[in-house]
Parts: sequence; structure tokens; C-alpha cells
Amino acid sequence: MARGKYDIRRYPGFLPMTVLCLTLLYAPLIVVTIYSFNDSSSITNWEGMSTRWYVDVFVGVESDKFKSAAWNSFTIAMIAATVSTTIATLAATGMIRAGRFRLRTLSFGLISLPLMVPEIVTAVATLIFFNSIGFVRGYTTILLAHIAFCIPFAYMPIAARMQGIEDSYEQAALDLYASKFQAFTRILLPLMAPGIISGFLLAFIISLDDFIITNFVKGAGVETLPTAIFGSVKQGIKPNIMAISTMLLAISIVMVTISYLVSKSDNTK
Amino acid sequence: MEKSAPDTATIAVDVRDAVKRYGDFTALKRISLSIRDNEFFTLLGPSGCGKTTLLRMIAGFEDVTEGEIFLFGDEIDTLPPNKRPVNTVFQNYALFPHMTVTDNVGFGLEMLGRTKAEARRRAGEMLELVRLSQFAGRKPAQLSGGQQQRVALARALAPQPKVLLLDEPLSALDLKLRQTMRYELKELQRETGITFIFVTHDQEEALTMSDRVAVMSSGELQQLGEAREIYETPHNVFVADFIGETNLLEVSVDQIAQGRATCHLGGGHELTCDAVEGIGVGAHVHLSVRPERLFLSEAPTEAESLPGRVRDNIFVGTDIQTIVDLNEGPRMTVRTSNSARGARRVFEAGSAVYVNMEQGAARLLVD
Ligand SMILES: Nc1ncnc2c1ncn2[C@@H]1O[C@H](COP(=O)(O)OP(=O)(O)OP(=O)(O)O)[C@@H](O)[C@H]1O
Ligand SMILES: [Mg+2]
Repeated sequence: MARGKYDIRRYPGFLPMTVLCLTLLYAPLIVVTIYSFNDSSSITNWEGMSTRWYVDVFVGVESDKFKSAAWNSFTIAMIAATVSTTIATLAATGMIRAGRFRLRTLSFGLISLPLMVPEIVTAVATLIFFNSIGFVRGYTTILLAHIAFCIPFAYMPIAARMQGIEDSYEQAALDLYASKFQAFTRILLPLMAPGIISGFLLAFIISLDDFIITNFVKGAGVETLPTAIFGSVKQGIKPNIMAISTMLLAISIVMVTISYLVSKSDNTK
Repeated sequence: MEKSAPDTATIAVDVRDAVKRYGDFTALKRISLSIRDNEFFTLLGPSGCGKTTLLRMIAGFEDVTEGEIFLFGDEIDTLPPNKRPVNTVFQNYALFPHMTVTDNVGFGLEMLGRTKAEARRRAGEMLELVRLSQFAGRKPAQLSGGQQQRVALARALAPQPKVLLLDEPLSALDLKLRQTMRYELKELQRETGITFIFVTHDQEEALTMSDRVAVMSSGELQQLGEAREIYETPHNVFVADFIGETNLLEVSVDQIAQGRATCHLGGGHELTCDAVEGIGVGAHVHLSVRPERLFLSEAPTEAESLPGRVRDNIFVGTDIQTIVDLNEGPRMTVRTSNSARGARRVFEAGSAVYVNMEQGAARLLVD
């Protein structure tokens, strides 16, 4: 990076502004993380280090509820990420490799639009949709909704990766007697792999994280971790919520980091 | 256009009346040419003339708007690329970046259904042929441009195609390497006996490597022939100008007698040269004389001799180029080889000289 005359760090107020933004972003997370280790039933008074709330999550009164919610969350995220990544991969292949077809820009807009629509709108729409076709709300509706809204998230890194792959590789494969299918599986897919993995992890995290849509389309009795936490918080915040939140935060950080590293990685060296 | 009869040898690729249109732009205007088996054939022409388009049509990456393409007698223009027994060396090489050199070279055979072991063995042989055995385990990104080029060659040759297509394969290399590779390519062609169709816009490359050259311009075939023939007897102004350096003089034909044409080139200068079919008396045409077929003298000689004054001498390594303004006439360039300098003296700028033409050096050209 050139540090010329216009180095942004020379603007007045750059440092205080940066510190302010970072504080607003991370202070709540840091507070929650620290207080999850508090040896107290109060959520505000510090009474020394302890991991009792983490133990409570697994064996406490609410543990059964959290365990089944966590299992739901995990399986839904896993299936939704797998399905949406597959669809996104095929969509990216079709849209980027099919050459310039009419409505290409429109298709691209349509697939990325859900990223910009307020989530509550999607949630209401999904709910109305399920109601109108007479679907009973439950695990399946959550899963279907998650598959749908994860597609654009999976699509972004995959399409970005694919755009960087020249089509001369596939032409070379065809020239060397590969079928279209072989050119796809032997050449295109391995070259896209980092984008696909990155898309999968992103979709997984988005699904694991989702509250609004899930809350609308879930039936009575089926909970995911976010809705279970929300339900629990409504009866007052207990420190075990902070412990769960911290664990979720840790999982998110790990996944996002892997996603970032994979998208940067290169299987050509 | 082609003088030599196409049936003197087996025809590898026969392009018949091929037309290529993109929308309402015509990239190839009815091209017909026959490429012989075992020959090093070059498509030569300026940028945008349609060389790549023609090559990609033979490979199967572009469809033929009109016309047919035959490979050893079989029509191939409707087959997909993976059904044509031709292989391509791409301009940017297009080596599979995630595979090792060996896997790249063996890819074609594997796709043809050979066992992995056989593909690897053959890849080894090919890498030996291009002298890259020690790099077999590397990925393409770990090779230099010249090495990648040779891997691309080995990969395209491994499945033993009937015809090898090469699209400006040397253009990404530096001058020195390019010259070495010219020789290597030519050697490889002779060793393998595979027909090479080579695309370039570099006329020197075309002349040094090819058995025969097809000169193209704006989607049309201008001339097809042996390198030497194209250089020495260009058919038209475009070919004469594009291949090598030449003095192109505007002349008017005054008289034609016994196969000789007497031409006027302004300033009262006159010369005679072989008459050409299609150019009659009174025609305003061009005359081409290669600079190396001119020589300078102090006094008129037996040869065609035109008086003028030396304007400048330019040293170009092996040669000296002397720029001469004919008295009240056009400007001409004379090339004197440095080794001939003992015999032929160098005239300083400003000295009065005669420009002399070797027998048969001047050629009349249709436009
Ligand atoms: N897909 C396409 N759509 C429209 N026009 C095209 C297309 N591909 C090539 N052309 C046009 O066809 C003409 C011939 O192109 P081609 O690539 O064959 O040129 P070339 O002789 O290989 O030139 P270069 O030496 O620059 O590679 C050019 O004028 C080009 O603009
Ligand atoms: Mg080209």
C-alpha cells in the first residue's frame, strides 16, 4: 500500500473515529464473553472467575431444551448449507459459463436481491407462503426457509471465484477429449473448490445464526438455538445465556476465519 | 490461388469455402485452403485478420457459418472439439493450474480411456522429448514462461493428434527464447511427423519455420505458397508490403513488348521489368523491389540504373541501409550487407550515386 500524500491516516480525527467504531462494535461482545465466566447468579456483579455457567448449559435445568435446540440448529444448518451450496454452484456455472444470454443481468440481480431485502419482509413473506400452501409449520418449514435464504450467501463467494477462472481451461479440457461433464468435474470444480467451501461455511453460519425468519416459520415446540435463547431471555437474562452466546460466538469466529482462509488459499501452488 | 496441385500429397486439413460471421460482421470471407500431411503450415496476417478464428474453427470452438472442413477426408465441422483428433497449444497455454506437469501432460490420454499408468508413462516420454523431466512433479505456476510453453506442447502432442494447432505460442516469450523455440518447434514437427498449423503475425517467424505459408488480411486469403515463393514473388501489394521490407514505387506502364514492361516512375525515371498478366499499357500500379536486391555505384552500370543522391546511412547490425532520393523521383532504400562492404563501398550522405537493380528484382504488382 502506497503511503502517499493522501494517506487516510493523516486526516484529522481518523484515530478517535476508528477507536469509537471498534469500541461500539466489540465492547458488548467482550462484556458478554467476560461475564460468561462470572461466578455469580447476577449478570452485573463480578464475583470472580468460574466456568459454572458453562457446566450449567450442559447439565442445568434448561440443558435439555438447549441440547435439542442445538441439535436442530446444527442439522438444519448442515442440510441447508449443503443444499444451498449445491444450488448456488450450479447457478454460478450456468450463469457465468453460459455466455451472454438475455436476462443475465436480471438473473444476477434476482439471485442477490434477498441480501438487500429487510429480513422481516422475507420472514413475513415466507410465513404467508407456507400458510397459503397449507404447510404445517415445524422442522421442515424452517429447513426449507433456510435453504432458500442461504442461496445468495453461498452464491457470492462461488461466483466471485468462478469469474476469476478463464474459460480456456475448459476449452483445453474439451480439446483433450474430455466430455463436458469431465471438464466440469476434473477442471472447473477443483478450481472452484475454495469458493465452494467458503460459500458453504458462510451459508452454515448464516443458517446457524438466523433468528427472525426462523421465529416466523417454526412451529410450536420446535426450537433452534437462537429462538431457544430468545425464549429463555424473555424470562430474564441468566448468566447461562452468556455462556451459550459466547460458545456461539466462538463457533462463528472459527467458521468465518476458515471461510476467509479458504477463499484466500490457492490449490495451484 | 494455389499453384501446386493439392492431390500431390495427402491432404490433412481441407477448408472449403469457409465463412464465419459474427452478427453482421464477416470475420472470414470464403476461405479455401488445403494443408498437407506432415507439413509445417503457417497462417500469417496482421492482427484481426481472422487467423485465430480459422484455427478455432478447425479445433471446434467456433462453428462454421458456411462451408466445410475436412480432416483426412472426413467432414469434421459439425463434431464437438472432444471428438476431433486435433489438439491445440493455446496462446496463454491454459495449463490446468491445480495439476502437476505430469497430470497435465497425461490428461488427454486419460480422457481417451487409457489407464492412469499408461498416461503417466507416456507423459514421461513426452516430458523427455521437451526436456522437462526434472519438472514432472511441479505445478504450472512454478515454471517459467518458456517451460510452461513446452509443457503445453507436450500436453497437446501426448495423445498423438493428427494435426497440432498452435495459436501464437511464442508471443509471450522474450526474443532470445523465441528464436530457440522456433528451432525446437521445427525439430519437434520433423521428429513427430505431425501436421502443424501455426498462427502468427510475425512474418520472420513464418518465413523461418514454415514449409508453406498462407498470408491473410481482413478475412481473406491473399497468397498461399512456400516461404521463399511468397517472399520472392508476392502476388499483390499487401503481400509484398507485409512480408519483409520492400520499396513500393508507384509507376505507370508505358509500353509492353516481348514480355517486358517499360514503366515510368516520375522524375523522368524509367525502367523495364517482367510484364505481368492483368497489367496492361497505361495502368497505374505498384512496383516492388526488395532493398537487398539493389546496389549502389558511382557510375551507371549494365543493370537498370537510376541516378540519385544519398540522404542517409543507417546501421542495422548485419546491414547498412542507405536511403537514396532519386533525382526528382521517389525515395528508395538500399540494403548492403556488412560482409559485402569490402566489395561495395559505402557512400556518404550527399554523394551522387546510381541505384542499380539485380536481374528480375523489380516486380509489378496488382493492388
Ligand atoms: N466472438 C466474436 N464476436 C465478434 N467478433 C469477433 C469475435 N471473435 C473475433 N471477432 C472479430 O473477428 C476478427 C478476427 O478475429 P481473430 O481473433 O481471428 O483475429 P486474429 O487474426 O487472430 O488477430 P490477432 O493477431 O490479434 O490475434 C476480428 O476483427 C475480431 O474483432
Ligand atoms: Mg489471434
